[in-house]
Amino acid sequence: MTEATPRLATYPLTRERAFDPPDELARRRAEAPVQRMTYADGHEGWLVTGYAEARAILADNRFSTRPELLHSPIPQRGEFRGEPLTPGFFLRMDAPAHTRYRRLLTGQFTVRRMKQLEPRIQEITESRLDAMEREGAPADLVESFALPIPSLVICELLGVPYEDREKFQRDSAVLLDLGSSMADIRAAVQDLYSYLHDLVTAKAKEPADDILSGLVAGAELTTEEIAGVGLLLLIAGHETTANMLGLGTFALLTNPDQLAVVRDDPAAVENAVEELLRYLSIVHIGPTRTALEDVEVGGALIRAGEAVTLSIGAANRDAGRFEGGDVLDVSRSAHGHLSFGHGIHQCLGQQLARIEMRIAYPALLRRFPNLRLAVPAREVPLRSNMAIYGVHRLPVLW
Amino acid sequence: MKIKADTGRCIGAGMCVLTLPQVFDQSEDDGTVVVLDAEPSADVAPAVNRAVQLCPSGALSVEE
Repeated sequence: MTEATPRLATYPLTRERAFDPPDELARRRAEAPVQRMTYADGHEGWLVTGYAEARAILADNRFSTRPELLHSPIPQRGEFRGEPLTPGFFLRMDAPAHTRYRRLLTGQFTVRRMKQLEPRIQEITESRLDAMEREGAPADLVESFALPIPSLVICELLGVPYEDREKFQRDSAVLLDLGSSMADIRAAVQDLYSYLHDLVTAKAKEPADDILSGLVAGAELTTEEIAGVGLLLLIAGHETTANMLGLGTFALLTNPDQLAVVRDDPAAVENAVEELLRYLSIVHIGPTRTALEDVEVGGALIRAGEAVTLSIGAANRDAGRFEGGDVLDVSRSAHGHLSFGHGIHQCLGQQLARIEMRIAYPALLRRFPNLRLAVPAREVPLRSNMAIYGVHRLPVLW
Repeated sequence: MKIKADTGRCIGAGMCVLTLPQVFDQSEDDGTVVVLDAEPSADVAPAVNRAVQLCPSGALSVEE
């Protein structure tokens, strides 16, 4: 394979425009959807930007997610390889170890269970909107709406006191900040892990009707493992949806015709949420996998031991799968996007995230039909420095 | 068409239920797929094929 442009020496993180993946990734996709990239430790691995190729890799168990095999595509996380795995952190396990944890949890996140939560999520959403109205404009939509809704929901589901949110939101921010030192990351993991360990220990004595208590009662996992599962679900359960709500609202405010559809047509909301997930692709980096054996993908031979970093954003904009993919079109059928991943690690909480978004976007837009940015769009601070992309703040008026 | 489901592979993501709830359900215990109607009528064939395509774990297949 000849290379038209020099090999990338790091995974691009800078987004030239608020809602688009880095331009470099689109250029690379046009050139070759699977191509060589140099990793932070000098390892010669791969970058995957094509939809079909990314999907094939995610579905292929010959690619491992285990941390001891990992090479980092960015220098900021170069020391990550070799970090001991937090017990129960099944996102970083391969089958069959992963399967055991996932099976204990899938029954809690079925489509039916999540539908049963709808009235409660509506109640939480309305109470946040009431609070915004009481406190008056302007407001930071992230702090007053986008972050509290998923945080309250995941806290209730897991059985984590919402009053402790400052702690877990602070620790989550350190973990997701691509500029954090390894020492800071270790300290944040330790802090959050010991908090959850104490909480799980308390639930053994005083069980309640929540997921952590259920795992304790099930007696299939140790306290250490349940604390690790709790750590994963707590971070995954609020950071992701919070950023979709913040960035998604920003995207709709800058596309008024699309906003009107979400506000006025209840039948359009389901597709609109999928399209926002596809278009915004808030997973800002990776995932990265390691080949366990030689695998051919998209005409490239990936050798055992080589690292592969996927760009979900580039894959979700691949015109081979989504025609006109660089345009936000809430009426398109965006099903099949990779924003929740694919394969055995596909997001456990995706049905919860969908319901939260299907309720929250239209409720916000109907309560405040004159919702608008309180600052010029270019002044909205973007999370280019975080593993999960979005907006740090979204000042709004209504 | 005849739907085959491998509950050993299924990870309970729920994409099939979301796509076609009259044909697919999830077990209350572990969230894995339950096929309510293994030989559905031809009019839902496109939706069945979409569910097979969306399944993240490759647990679903169709025999014509």
